[in-house]
Amino acid sequence: MAVGRGARRGWTEFVFSLRSPQDQGFYLFTGVGTLAWLWFNREEEVAGTGLLTPTVALPGVLGALLAFGVIIGPAFSLAMEREDGTLLRHKALPHGMRGYVTGQLVYHSLGMFPTFLVLLVPGFLLFDGLMQRGAVGWLTVAWVTLLALAATLPLGMVLGAVVPSTQKVGTWGMLPVLLVTAVSGVFYPVQALWGWVQVLAQVFPVYWIGLGMRSAFLPAEAAAAELGDSWRTGQVALVLLAWAVVGLVAAPRVLARMARRQSGSQVAAARESAAQWVR
Amino acid sequence: MRPAHDGPVVAVRDLQMRYGTHQVLGGVDFDVRPGEVVCLLGPNGAGKTTTIEVLEGFRLRSGGSVDVLGADPAHGDDAWRARVGVVLQSWRDHARWTPRQLLGYLGSYYVPYAGPGVPRPYDVDWLLDTVGLTAHADRKVLTLSGGQRRRLDVAVGIVGRPELLFLDEPTAGFDPEARRDFHDLVHRLSDLEGTTVLLTTHDLTEAEKLADRILILAGGRIVADGSADELTRQVAGTGEVRWTRGGERFVHATAEPTPFVRGLFEQYGEEVTDLEVTRPSLEDTYLAMVARHEAGSGSVPELAVVAS
Repeated sequence: MAVGRGARRGWTEFVFSLRSPQDQGFYLFTGVGTLAWLWFNREEEVAGTGLLTPTVALPGVLGALLAFGVIIGPAFSLAMEREDGTLLRHKALPHGMRGYVTGQLVYHSLGMFPTFLVLLVPGFLLFDGLMQRGAVGWLTVAWVTLLALAATLPLGMVLGAVVPSTQKVGTWGMLPVLLVTAVSGVFYPVQALWGWVQVLAQVFPVYWIGLGMRSAFLPAEAAAAELGDSWRTGQVALVLLAWAVVGLVAAPRVLARMARRQSGSQVAAARESAAQWVR
Repeated sequence: MRPAHDGPVVAVRDLQMRYGTHQVLGGVDFDVRPGEVVCLLGPNGAGKTTTIEVLEGFRLRSGGSVDVLGADPAHGDDAWRARVGVVLQSWRDHARWTPRQLLGYLGSYYVPYAGPGVPRPYDVDWLLDTVGLTAHADRKVLTLSGGQRRRLDVAVGIVGRPELLFLDEPTAGFDPEARRDFHDLVHRLSDLEGTTVLLTTHDLTEAEKLADRILILAGGRIVADGSADELTRQVAGTGEVRWTRGGERFVHATAEPTPFVRGLFEQYGEEVTDLEVTRPSLEDTYLAMVARHEAGSGSVPELAVVAS
């Protein structure tokens, strides 16, 4: 089946990525950067919780990196592979697009493992009391991660399909995602912001992914520091599911439209216009 | 392998293509029969790539009818797709893969379309050997030279054992040896596998060597259709006869070189030395036809102009 071939493709690409110095550098940079920030704030106590900054911040950072990775990752891949001919290559295959999209979903989902590992393994060695919930907590991490992937991966694909070129992914993708992440309570509580920003943050999935992650790692009492003094677990699941549904309805249509427009001359034109753009 | 049906593999009638008010194709008609190697020639911007893209199902036409392997390529399904091979001009994808991995992966999509007597896809080692990439099979695509890259593209185009293969300027960037190997490959595909091939090229020698039939596309229309031989006969002032008599060199252009030479000998006999009879090259023919089209400014030029 094309889906199986796509899954194999995703795995192959994942293995390439693990071996690529560029991607290793990225994972290392993410890990070291985040851990350094947590280390310098390791003595800080988060007001009203009795918990230290690393404990409170790490779950949110995990959530934000996940959302960022699976939105910007596929957006970049798709925009680039539209221009280099990868997509067209699949369009020329029987059931090729199905395989290609499956490959993207698998590849970018797998890409979360190294990110999590470079944060969690040193994190647990450096800081005490990160996981307060034991096995139940890890179970929560698992389902929040799955729902988060379902909610954000299709968004990344849609973004990659509509941006005019790879160079535009920064402005069209990175900027809005960074803005949303900035107001989503990852680095400081969302209550510290104006009311309308709080409302805006709660429209997007990043806030809910962070909230779900905090509910997995932090003790029950820490919910007092959240909006509504609650983990709002049901709402986390519902909002993420809703985004997943929106994405799953929109993505196939947008992707089909993009695939229809793919042709050799389009690839050739992109090649010419991107002559200065080094991969 | 015999094609699944007896009619033409490609039938194009009054194909039109417009981008806004700019007309790229203004009524293209041609057929490609099973097992034929047909070459589409034409100046830049004549619409060669557009024509091929319409036939591949990658571009929607503005008008006319197109039939490829019994289906309209605009609505070709996946089973149809499995019978068509495509080699385009501009790939730079899968940089981190090796040729072996890539051919194995892309070939796997054709597994469900194998049939009795039609094994699909081709064996990867056979393919690598056929396009001369065995020595580079496990290097990253990124590290291949332009010519090696192009040969990989050709291998990808035929991995699914297509009944019909589209090649858009397949030998651009080939050195002479790679070019000759490629010509051998096309001959092998066409003779042994019965693959029908439609290719575009700028290289007239290539067209002459490869094609059973040449189509010249100029200004969005087919202005000539025939074998290299037939085309050169269609152009005015065909033959050129050169000879020496009494220390003097003579040149005479004629549509009928044979009777002219016979007359020459009847008249002067042994006095005639250093006789040369040259037919115009395909290049002369091509340039003459394109020039004639451009002089006709948009009107369809008549072909049977002088001799035949």
